[in-house]
Formats: sequence, C-alpha cells, structure tokens
Amino acid sequence: MKVMVPVKRVVDYNVKVRVKSDGTGVETANVKMSMNPFDEIGIEEALRLKEAGAATEVIAVSCGPAACQETLRTALALGADRAILVQTDVELQPLAVAKLLKALVDKEQPKMAIVGKQAIDDDCNQTGQMLSALLGWSQATFASKVKVDGDKLTVTREVDGGLETINITLPAVITTDLRLNEPRYVTLPNIMKAKKKPLEILTPEALGVDVTPRLITLKVAEPPARKAGIKVPDVKALVDKLKNEAKVIS
Amino acid sequence: MSTLVIADHDNQVLKGATRNTIAAASMLGSDVVVLVAGSDCQAVAQSAAAVAGVSKVLLADSPHYKDGLPESLADFVVGLTGGGQFSHILASATAFGKSVAPRIAAMLDVAQVSEIISVESPDTFVRPIYAGNAFATVQSKDKIKVITVRATGFDAAAVTGGTGTVESVPAGPDSGKSVLVGRELTKSDRPELTAAKVIVSGGRGMGSAEAFKVLEPLADKLGAAMGASRAAVDAGYVPNDWQVGQTGKIVAPELYFAVGISGAIQHLAGMKDSRVIVAINKDEEAPIFSVADYGIVGDLFQVVPELVKELG
Ligand SMILES: Cc1cc2nc3c(=O)[nH]c(=O)nc-3n(C[C@H](O)[C@H](O)[C@H](O)COP(=O)(O)OP(=O)(O)OC[C@H]3O[C@@H](n4cnc5c(N)ncnc54)[C@H](O)[C@@H]3O)c2cc1C
Ligand SMILES: Nc1ncnc2c1ncn2[C@@H]1O[C@H](COP(=O)(O)O)[C@@H](O)[C@H]1O
Repeated sequence: MKVMVPVKRVVDYNVKVRVKSDGTGVETANVKMSMNPFDEIGIEEALRLKEAGAATEVIAVSCGPAACQETLRTALALGADRAILVQTDVELQPLAVAKLLKALVDKEQPKMAIVGKQAIDDDCNQTGQMLSALLGWSQATFASKVKVDGDKLTVTREVDGGLETINITLPAVITTDLRLNEPRYVTLPNIMKAKKKPLEILTPEALGVDVTPRLITLKVAEPPARKAGIKVPDVKALVDKLKNEAKVIS
Repeated sequence: MSTLVIADHDNQVLKGATRNTIAAASMLGSDVVVLVAGSDCQAVAQSAAAVAGVSKVLLADSPHYKDGLPESLADFVVGLTGGGQFSHILASATAFGKSVAPRIAAMLDVAQVSEIISVESPDTFVRPIYAGNAFATVQSKDKIKVITVRATGFDAAAVTGGTGTVESVPAGPDSGKSVLVGRELTKSDRPELTAAKVIVSGGRGMGSAEAFKVLEPLADKLGAAMGASRAAVDAGYVPNDWQVGQTGKIVAPELYFAVGISGAIQHLAGMKDSRVIVAINKDEEAPIFSVADYGIVGDLFQVVPELVKELG
C-alpha cells in the first residue's frame, strides 16, 4: 500500500507573527519557515506503517511556491521515499489543495492519505475532510491511534468529550492529532541521502485543477490587545482584587 | 432563502455551542432552520425548536445518524440543499462540526469559512488566523456559504423564545464508510470546559498527574471547570479533552486561572479572550504574565493551597 502525506510549508510555530502595516496579510519575509507540525506527525505515522510492513511506499506532497522543495527535502530526510511538488505562486486555499491532492491520488493510487488536522498558519482544519469527500473515501479526523489490520483500520480519535474509536475500511483519509506519535528527528546522514531521492515537480495546470482562490481576504488586522495587568504580592491581595476590583468572585 | 444550522447533540441534549451558532445564523438576516440528525432524538428537536430565533427544525431520525459519523451525514446535508433554498450552512466549530462541514463544502464545490468570530454582512466574516495573532476579514462569493462558528465569538441564543415547528424528513442512505466501536468519555461533575464561568488550568509545572490534584480544591471552591496546557496533556497528567489552545479548546470564561503554564502563543490562542486572567508561576519572566490581569510569582504548591484557604 502506498501512503500519501501532504506537507505544508508554514511559518514556524515559535515565530510571533506580525500583521503587515498595509493590512494585506502577515509578515513572512525573513521569517523562519518549517513543516506544519501536524504534517511531521503524518510523516512519522506513515514511516511507522512502512516499518511495520503495512505500507510499501511513503510519498510526501507539497503544494505552493518553489521554496516548498525545502519542506519536501525534510520529509525525504525523515524517511519518505519520494516527493511531489505542485508548484504555483497562487495563494492556495484548502479546497484547491484538496483538489490538487485528489488529482495526485488519481495518478498515484495510494490507499491512504495522512493529512495534518490543521495548518498552523490559516488554522482552517479542512483539507483532509475535503479530500476525503472529493474521493468518496472514509474519514478519520483527529487521530491519536491508528491500528491497521489488512484493509481494516481502527482509529482512536480525540473528540470534545474524550476519545472515540471508529472502524473504517481502506481507502481512507486520516487526519493527525498531537498525541498520535512523537516525530523522529532529522539526522545529518539522512539529509545527505535525501538529496538523492526523487522530487518531481508538477503544476496545477498539468493536473487540470483550477486553484483560483474562492475567498477574498479584505483585510488582516491585529487583534485587540489586552491591557497590561499587575502582579500582586500575595493571595490576600489577589482575593481582594478578584472580589472588589474585578468583581468575579463574591 | 434560509440558513441551515447543523445541530451538535448526543441524541439527548442539544450541545450548548449549537445555540452560539444559531445566534450567528440569526445575524445573516434570513430564516434559521436547524437540522437535527440522530437516532431517537425527538427531544433534541423539541429543544432546538424552542431556541430563540429558530423558525423550523428538520428532524432526520435514523439509527445510522446516531453517532454523528460524518460521511453519511454530509451526503444527506448536500441532498437537502438540492432545492436551492439554503444560502448558508453553519455548524459549530466542535469536533463534530469540524469533521462534517468541510465534507459538505467540498461536495458543493464551495469554500468553507472556518471558525468565524463575527458576521460583518451575509457574505463577509472575521476569523482568527495564526493562533489568533491576526484577524482576517474574508468575503465569500460562493453561492452557498459553508461556515463553522467559534462559540466564544457569539453570545448563545436563549434556550426559549423560539416558536419553531418540527418537521420530520426522510433520512438518506447509510454510507457505511465508518462505524463507531466505542467511546471513552471523560467523566466529571464539573461544568463543561467551553461553557464554564470559571476555569482552573494547569500546565507542565504541575509535575505529575498526582500533583495536578492540588488544583481540585480550588476548582471545587469556585465551581470551576478544569483545563490544561498541551504539555500537561502530552505528559499524561490529564485527559486530552482538557487541552486549551490553538489546537485544543477555545474558551472565554469570566475568570481563568493559569497555574504552572508558561503562556506559549498556542496556549494564549485558546484563553486570551477570558474576561479576567490570573497567572500563578514561579518564573516572573513567564510570558503568561503579559496577558494576566493579576499575577502571583511563587511556587504553585504553596500559592494554590493558600488561595483555597483565603477563599474561605
Ligand atoms: C502544533 C502545535 C500545537 C500546539 N497546540 C497547543 C494548544 O492547543 N494548547 C497548548 O497549551 N499548547 C499547545 N502547544 C504547545 C505550546 O507550544 C507549549 O509547548 C505548551 O503550551 C507549554 O505548556 P506549559 O506552559 O504547561 O509548559 P512549559 O512551557 O514547560 O511551562 C511550565 C511553566 O510552569 C512553571 N512552573 C514550574 N514549576 C512551577 C511551580 N512549582 N510553581 C509555579 N510555576 C511553576 C514554569 O516556570 C513554566 O513557566 C502546541 C504546540 C504545537 C507545536
Ligand atoms: N499547500 C499545502 N501543501 C501540502 N499540504 C497541505 C497544504 N495545505 C494544507 N495541506 C494539508 O492539509 C492539512 C490541513 O490544512 P488546513 O485545512 O489548511 O488547516 C495540513 O496539515 C496539510 O497536511
């Protein structure tokens, strides 16, 4: 079974982003970029499936500008077998990405796609579900445990009240949650090896997908700032403030 | 044209977040129709019909809607839109809503607008991006707008005041694409995290599952829900559904205690809209103090028991 893992290039989770002064977006020039953390978890899960003999090949896919090659090289260094970049400078929204991924699934015929639950830049939490719908596949979102038994999967999901376990049948889309695994680190020898692994470059046009954005961003603004608070010397002062100033307890 | 709200429920009670979504729906200026799809869920349909602003409830009662599995449900909702009467489809940004709404959007070939916190006009919405470090105002030109609603952005519609009618609709087919085999729900007598007026959250500074219990008397005293940072969940101190943050639950109580939590942006994303924030941390440089209204620098294992005592 081939497994496809989409990996998105995003502003690193440690960066405190700044809104551009003209209100068109956030500052991304000279900002550290990384693989979306949920996609690292996706790559890790696919590698474990391969190591356990359940998967035969792990294909990492990224959609976006040429710089996404860097993200794909990281995926290859982690252990993915090969990579595909769908290169475009157009702003990609989840529906467009899902269509690109569907076109690649049609071409590559994987039985499973492991998608991140959420990209930490747009915070959309859509792409995996959309891909699953476009393919008519089963869907298991927010996975914290995946057990494969032939073409049957048992997936534990993180839901609002705790955990939920479902059975699904391949082909399927899984989206990763934080507790699914702890991703391995990239090692120097593997970075060297990754340079020789195949990285194919395609375009949305070649895949026959219209990626024109559907949503128009009218404005991006700073959220209202919280006004600075104070430090209180002891619990007596705290309780007094909560009772008499903030009036949140009686 | 009408707005369709997909109810989040457990076949017995309507989840609170659905009323926040109904409130958002009411701002779109057309009739609000609520879909209750489930099994033996007549009571949910009745309570949805009573919510202020609801004009009609569609009840689809069938065993295969019992567990809220997204594949059959999305097919069914897409079927409902066939007559062209819905301009908007809304779901709450809960685990359920997030699983089903994007499927619907993709099948309708429209964008989804995720986790809106404000309605500017029937086609323009505000949503946080980058862990709430920026607010984007986005406009959708799609014929049907599929939207998920962040509960903290909208005051819940009143439980009563609605005069909706309940209309049974025939269920769609069972796709059979997924089957629920079990649930391990966290049991608690405390208020639900996203609905609580007071929340006491602990982080890695709690040190262990056992030591986390030092927060319980404080939560008891305040009738609070309990929450946590990702680090505390990852370390196994508390269950996953306690996680507050960018990729956990978004909360905005009257009073939020962050105890032994450093205040990473991913955590702040989930709680910085709380009305009053109290931080207890032994590191006076911890970023949590930059959002806290009241901070105490000190060892939590000393401060928390003292606080419980002081509260009397
Ligand atoms: C993709 C992604 C998603 C994430 N999503 C979330 C999310 O949704 N929610 C979330 O919370 N995090 C999330 N994180 C993690 C986040 O980046 C931080 O790692 C996490 O919030 C840190 O948790 P913490 O503050 O409990 O731990 P730490 O940062 O380790 O802080 C512990 C604090 O406890 C204090 N302390 C220790 N002992 C004591 C004591 N005895 N008394 C008083 N204070 C003490 C320390 O001074 C320190 O400030 C995410 C990260 C990633 C990469
Ligand atoms: N441009 C992209 N390239 C590759 N994968 C993507 C891209 N955009 C989204 N994804 C995948 O979809 C997941 C969820 O993204 P989103 O729906 O935008 O929150 C990410 O974690 C990735 O796995």
